[in-house]
Amino acid sequence: MAKSDSNSPVHESSLGSAPDAVASFEDDRAGFIKKLQHTLHLNPSMVPLIVLLLSIAVFGLLLGTRFFSPFALTLILQQVQIVGIIAAAQSLIILTAGIDLSVGATMVLSSVVMGQFTFRYGIPVPISIVCGLLCGMLCGMISGLLVSRVRLPPFIVTLGMWQIVLATNFLYSKNETIRAQDIETQASLLQFFGTKITIGGAVFTYGVVFMVLLALVLAYALKHTAWGRHVYAVGDDKEAAELSGVKTGRIILSVYMLSGLICAFAGWALIGRLGSVSPTAGQLSNIESITAVVIGGISLFGGRGSILGTLYGALIVGVFTLGLRLMGADAQWTYLLIGVLIIGAVAVDQWIRRATV
Amino acid sequence: MSTSLKAAAAVLLVTGAIAGQAQAGAHTASASACLITKTDTNPFFVKMREGAEAKAEELGMELKSFAGRIDGDHETQVQAIETCIADGADGILLTASDTSSIVSAVEQARDAGVLVIALDTPLDPASAADATFATDNFVAGELIGAWAAAQLGDEAENARIALLNINVSQPSVGVLRNQGFLTGFGIDTGDINRWGDETDPRIVGHDVSDGNEEGGRRAMENLLVEDPSINVVYTINEPAAAGAYQALASMNRQDDVLIVSVDGSCSGVADIQDGVIGATAQQYPLQMAALGMEAILEWAENGTKPEPTEGKDFFDTGVSLVTGDPVDGVESISIEEGMNRCWG
Repeated sequence: MAKSDSNSPVHESSLGSAPDAVASFEDDRAGFIKKLQHTLHLNPSMVPLIVLLLSIAVFGLLLGTRFFSPFALTLILQQVQIVGIIAAAQSLIILTAGIDLSVGATMVLSSVVMGQFTFRYGIPVPISIVCGLLCGMLCGMISGLLVSRVRLPPFIVTLGMWQIVLATNFLYSKNETIRAQDIETQASLLQFFGTKITIGGAVFTYGVVFMVLLALVLAYALKHTAWGRHVYAVGDDKEAAELSGVKTGRIILSVYMLSGLICAFAGWALIGRLGSVSPTAGQLSNIESITAVVIGGISLFGGRGSILGTLYGALIVGVFTLGLRLMGADAQWTYLLIGVLIIGAVAVDQWIRRATV
Repeated sequence: MSTSLKAAAAVLLVTGAIAGQAQAGAHTASASACLITKTDTNPFFVKMREGAEAKAEELGMELKSFAGRIDGDHETQVQAIETCIADGADGILLTASDTSSIVSAVEQARDAGVLVIALDTPLDPASAADATFATDNFVAGELIGAWAAAQLGDEAENARIALLNINVSQPSVGVLRNQGFLTGFGIDTGDINRWGDETDPRIVGHDVSDGNEEGGRRAMENLLVEDPSINVVYTINEPAAAGAYQALASMNRQDDVLIVSVDGSCSGVADIQDGVIGATAQQYPLQMAALGMEAILEWAENGTKPEPTEGKDFFDTGVSLVTGDPVDGVESISIEEGMNRCWG
């Protein structure tokens, strides 16, 4: 690895704890652009937040109360909740400079396990749910072991796991959908995350609340715990992290297992959203989650970015999708604009990376 | 760790072996056929394969089944056709993912003396196949459209209609069902070959559902934001209908909205029983496959090709309206009968 990078994690973490006065003597750079670049470097989630607020404002101006109503705005939250949760899992993995193509498949298999254990074997619902969650964690563990112990590239490992998990899902479920009405009468706990909270015109579901809480908890853990700092360190420069005593293998394994578990929760939330257990759902979740992560300003090279940025990234996609739909635009325009956003986000990321800290 | 990996590997090997055995099957057969479906996961195609397998056993024919990985997987279907030609099959039953691109592969098969029958989905042009065994999707749409109009009675004049279609590429099956529904309801379709150009003010809008629960819910939510007064919902199939119902239920609108659909799967008919869907047009995939197998045997033994249904350019395998609330002037079968004849 490049020698010049090898001390950066130590450097960065000491930056956080150092008093401002120490840093200030460097800050004689001139110009608004430089300062902006510097600020964005320290707060990687600022760009997606600004884009999100701007896009809400623009669509609000164009569409008026049809879009700018508590009902429509909270509907966006409901529509992005699944991708939002999955994207949180994806963020963790991408922060370690990995990538997970199997997130959607893991989610669907977990939801199928929860449903089929309940309906095929008559296992009590809470136990089935725990089994589903464990199933997700197991999928993550297999990928994690292959990446950390066998040292295979994450892309290859999860490309394989994606196929394996998806095929297992179809073989095991026989592609049978479990109907919403059966779940409602016999196992309503499976639909827990679909429970609504209505405040005025705004409608929140437990799934939406979970997505937001998850992002906040992960953001806290990543910033303020040793584990979190180690995740960043591993992604930034694995060898340097290892040399400074971080057990990188364990960190990577823990990240994949946690991400598998989060995907399983997404599977549970998916049942709440669809009402039913559908083995064909979530086919594009892996791509959608990577999209949210990239738009959210997390670097695909690892070690930089914030989980709140991912949440904003997912919401930006949701705002564009509903906004353009309400304007009557062809669905293809949404995809086109999302493509522009992805490239724009990475371009901005590259520009910020050039900032001198 | 290594034990769990070994276990996983063992499971994979065993499943592979089972799949292999299933494909080998009977050998000394009088005629051999190939079944190529869009996917092997959709219950509609699972049922089709079961129908073909049962018929093959009954007639002593050899059957090999192929399927695309996902809906739209054109490459795998072409490979399957090439495999069947090389294998010397007498006939191919095909539900094409890409109805026009597949034509060149189909021509290759027909040049090699293989009978090609399109099941469920006509090719583009339909004449590219030797015969088409399919549901009349326009009639299927007409049935549910007429039923919905009759249910509303005089209020049909003021209906607020949402149309949940399949996807933006407007495949022929989706167009036929949608236009059939509008015609049955008494609405001018404009250009009969595409949806979305209607001018009737009763139509709130179209959205695409991908034919699954996820898309059905999203599409219904989007249309409800546009106009919350929607009271009639057409859906491309029953999973989309189930998704639309969830969206309506989350806004407490499930009881004053009529949902109609097409398919007649067992879970769809159960949804009618539970009041999720008002009526559905049931189609018969088992029948399509069974008739197809008979036609291939006929071709292998006597060299005769199947004839289309009179007045149509394909062999109509029939469609029935299933509902718990029959109306005058629209023929329908009961939920019980629908349950007896359902698939999946």
